[in-house]
Amino acid sequence: MKIRPFRLSMLALSLLIPAALGAVVLFLLIFAGPALGFNGLDFFSQINWNFGDFDNDPVLTRGVMVPDGASYGILVFIVGTLLSSGIAILIAVPLSIGAAICLAEAIPVVERHLPHWCPPLRPVLSMLVELVAVVPSIIFGLWGIWVLIPIIGHLTPTGNGYGLLAASVVLALMITPIIATTLLDALMQVPKENRESAFALGATHFEVVSKAMLPMVRATLIGGIVLALGRALGETMAVAMVSGGGFNILPTSLFSPISTIASFIVTNLDSAEGDPTNMAIRSLAEVALMLFIITLAVNAAAKLLTSGALNVRNRK
Amino acid sequence: MSATVNNHQPRSAQEIRRVVTSYLGWTACAVALLLVIGPLLDIVGVVAVNGLSAFSYKLFTTTGTGTSGGLLNAIEGTFIITLGAMCFAIPIGVGAGIYLSEYGNNKLGNTIRFLSDVLTGTPSIVLGYFSYVVFVITLGWKFSVLAAAITIAILIVPYLARITELALRQVPVSMREAGFALGASEPAVVFKIILPGASSGVITGALLALAISVGETAPLIYTAGWSSSLWRGHLTHEPIGYLTYVIWTAFQQPTSEAHALAFASAFLVMLVVLAINIGVRLTVRRTKFV
Repeated sequence: MKIRPFRLSMLALSLLIPAALGAVVLFLLIFAGPALGFNGLDFFSQINWNFGDFDNDPVLTRGVMVPDGASYGILVFIVGTLLSSGIAILIAVPLSIGAAICLAEAIPVVERHLPHWCPPLRPVLSMLVELVAVVPSIIFGLWGIWVLIPIIGHLTPTGNGYGLLAASVVLALMITPIIATTLLDALMQVPKENRESAFALGATHFEVVSKAMLPMVRATLIGGIVLALGRALGETMAVAMVSGGGFNILPTSLFSPISTIASFIVTNLDSAEGDPTNMAIRSLAEVALMLFIITLAVNAAAKLLTSGALNVRNRK
Repeated sequence: MSATVNNHQPRSAQEIRRVVTSYLGWTACAVALLLVIGPLLDIVGVVAVNGLSAFSYKLFTTTGTGTSGGLLNAIEGTFIITLGAMCFAIPIGVGAGIYLSEYGNNKLGNTIRFLSDVLTGTPSIVLGYFSYVVFVITLGWKFSVLAAAITIAILIVPYLARITELALRQVPVSMREAGFALGASEPAVVFKIILPGASSGVITGALLALAISVGETAPLIYTAGWSSSLWRGHLTHEPIGYLTYVIWTAFQQPTSEAHALAFASAFLVMLVVLAINIGVRLTVRRTKFV
């Protein structure tokens, strides 16, 4: 076989992407190794995360030197992550379905009644929806603290708005455009014949959308939702800023302070650096690894769902 | 809102119910759209008003601690980290895009594409922690420009590769054939014919990657650290400031000076991100990139 240096060098460059991914997994795994052995399965079922006493001499626990009283459990953060992402999806799905329907079907009708000098509405509106997705996480967090927290604070008896609800609402806003744009693209691809035959049967315009078009794009919608879920699970800064940083206590209401896996990592590495035995940093690496595996599973699911159903089903 | 409904009189009770349901449905949809776009406009408004009112000449000429003083060191740091990340990411991302588009129609190409998507979906904090573990601790670089730039590069390479691939694929096959027919070598065809033809797409990708790297925070907190003075030119062993850190840290402070600084910083970040994204969307009509 002829050796093609150009082709090979381009291949080498592109192989750096899988290499980087492999390195991330491998080094996190190696680094977290001692923590994996130390924490065992209690890691997932234990509520308490305790860095231990850094000032005292480390003690031998389960065969490893760790700070006195150290124990690492992430159940609270797993619950916090699942709850905040779950509620965010519950808020985001109706919003994005509504927004997508509006952009796909209602706006063109409105445009027809607008005067000529008016700029086209749909490109502007759908661009605005897409722009929601590019606003950096930290700016959502800033807005959350400045605008959202006082509003939620009025609803709570304690007046403290930081917590599960604030985190969920911010997450919902961040993931809505992902679902909405996926759905909008699918709705635009629904064959004209299907729309027209529904109209011909005497359906109102809204019935055409809700009963003839939406069922056709159901698979794409589910794929978009799972994709958005993957994004919500890994979202860090905005959540860390508004979630209240709940620690060692399971949330009991919508206003309980929580931590997600991602926000816990970013807010607690400072404390972990004080650990002379490094076990805290290793355990955080295990947490990061968990987050990677969870998002990988969710994204893979999204990929499977959308690849089989990316094209709108033609019912013939 | 629905032209088909207005044209005839409802006759039976059932028909009235259907028409009313339709109106309610459209109203709900319109409300949903407003609830999606409203917060965006509010974010832009709040950040612009508070950020602009915090602007002053000193903000851009003096260094600060992140909670007081100016933003010069943060602006410089963001610029350097972004520049460094682009230096790593553009050759790799464009090269990978070239491979995927020109030679990647096989199993290997599909695998790389899939793993690239996996990397895109990886939470940035995980990448940040990886860099912290590998560069900052194990290699002993401490908080540094190099660690930060590599982290951001890992984050944006998959985007660049994807967008470059899409851009190159839009160049017609006949252009490649014409090049080869003239006796051009593979690199000549790629670099002199295909890449120039797809340059707008590649530049779009680089700009979007730039927007991402300016707005990122999570992977930088434990790789770049923070420095209250200007960069002294060391690639490792020297922490560096960046704009998003100011937003993150200032809101853990009670002072209004810190909050004003955070808004000023947020305004700068938002300006870059939105300007790039709006610009790209206005010039490149409706191309599915991200």
